[in-house]
Amino acid sequence: MARAAIPGGLSARRAWRPARLLERRVETASASTLVLEVADWPGHLPGQHVDLRLTADDGYTATRSYSLSAPAEGDRVEVTVQRVPDGEVSTFLCDDLQLGDAALLRGPVGGWFVWRPEQPGPVLLVAGGSGVVPLMAMLRARPADGPPFRLVYSVRQPDDVIYRAELDALGRAEGVDVRYVFTRRGAGEDDGDERPPGRLRAADLDAAGWGPADAPTCYVCGPTGFVEAAATILAAAGHDPARIRTERFGPSGS
Amino acid sequence: MSFVTRGFHGRRRDDDGRLPPGQHLTGDFPVLSAGPTPRIPLDEWELWVATEEGTRHTWSWAELMALAADEPTVDIHCVTSWSKLDTTWRGVSLDTILADVETAADYALVHSYGGYTTNLPLEDLLDGKAWVAYEFEGDDLHPEHGGPARLLVPHLYFWKSAKWVHGIELVLEDTPGFWEQLGYHDYGDPWREQRYQGD
Repeated sequence: MARAAIPGGLSARRAWRPARLLERRVETASASTLVLEVADWPGHLPGQHVDLRLTADDGYTATRSYSLSAPAEGDRVEVTVQRVPDGEVSTFLCDDLQLGDAALLRGPVGGWFVWRPEQPGPVLLVAGGSGVVPLMAMLRARPADGPPFRLVYSVRQPDDVIYRAELDALGRAEGVDVRYVFTRRGAGEDDGDERPPGRLRAADLDAAGWGPADAPTCYVCGPTGFVEAAATILAAAGHDPARIRTERFGPSGS
Repeated sequence: MSFVTRGFHGRRRDDDGRLPPGQHLTGDFPVLSAGPTPRIPLDEWELWVATEEGTRHTWSWAELMALAADEPTVDIHCVTSWSKLDTTWRGVSLDTILADVETAADYALVHSYGGYTTNLPLEDLLDGKAWVAYEFEGDDLHPEHGGPARLLVPHLYFWKSAKWVHGIELVLEDTPGFWEQLGYHDYGDPWREQRYQGD
């Protein structure tokens, strides 16, 4: 495998950079998007993540990784943080960090779970819960005349959908298809949701319409159990394992 | 400009100095891998060791089970910043597996079922520092954690402990593996925070 080109030189990517909170958007009851200004940000690819570090006044630090949720705009970068119950860092980021407050950030990190616009072929995105975040960065980076994208987004109930309005708008665009899979409570048949609630099934991915012959690159992101299940369904359906890219997060992502 | 985050105090835990810099404890066992989980039937499973001269040694599952096993209790540290203390394993020491292998190699490139590779110095596999592990916490090692057998090299970041281990290629020069080609460190010492190339 050739060494992949990733924005920013190595020394640039491993340097801790001062960051400042410009904006916080509440996405759902448990997820917020932080817009940060990061000095001399080298740019990133959709799917990459960053390390974010909080420092207490006595020097204690806590570091966590978060997926970037949008393409960079100059020195503005966005991450979406899912509040982990009792999480040391996520609860502080969602509830306590104030506009203008400082943190440290380094990256971008990760060169495997990325989508490159020049990459050929359709793209199948499979999200479980807040695993949608790096996939959203890919959707947002897709040019209007880009390859076909399809997102299958599994989430407990309609209220838990992150980026709902934007996803619905994206789903009406040419070449983009967005489907929700509700695991606990669906939207109801009145809203055109005829699928009974339940965990992701093979039919949910079959219904998305791309078989192995279409050779989509599949990106699967979510909690470990979800990624195991989804990647197993895709491999069993005959998708080349080399085109199934996964990113898993455990309860450690606090 | 101050890097201190106003109002952040954090939660310090007393870890007796067992937590490398930048790590935090987890009670769970998160999973990091790049693709689908391979499923390898035990009657098809094998472990191979290939030397720089091209000599190849293989062990079937039954042959691996027949080797003397250790039961190490170790702390493990993932590059994604979680650490887990006092994990218990059962497996065969690489000292046992490599005992009759003649080599002048300084490095190993470990190959997994599914195509994953990772590189490390051969000496880091020796002297009781590494195992081919097939039980975790008293149970068969589950496929998502690398079963039927994975490498266990707890003194390095955990991606070096290749899941679904298939073979060990002994080589004269360090050859970057899967994550290492993607920017992760060739050695990966958690105590020196060698997460990425250049750290």
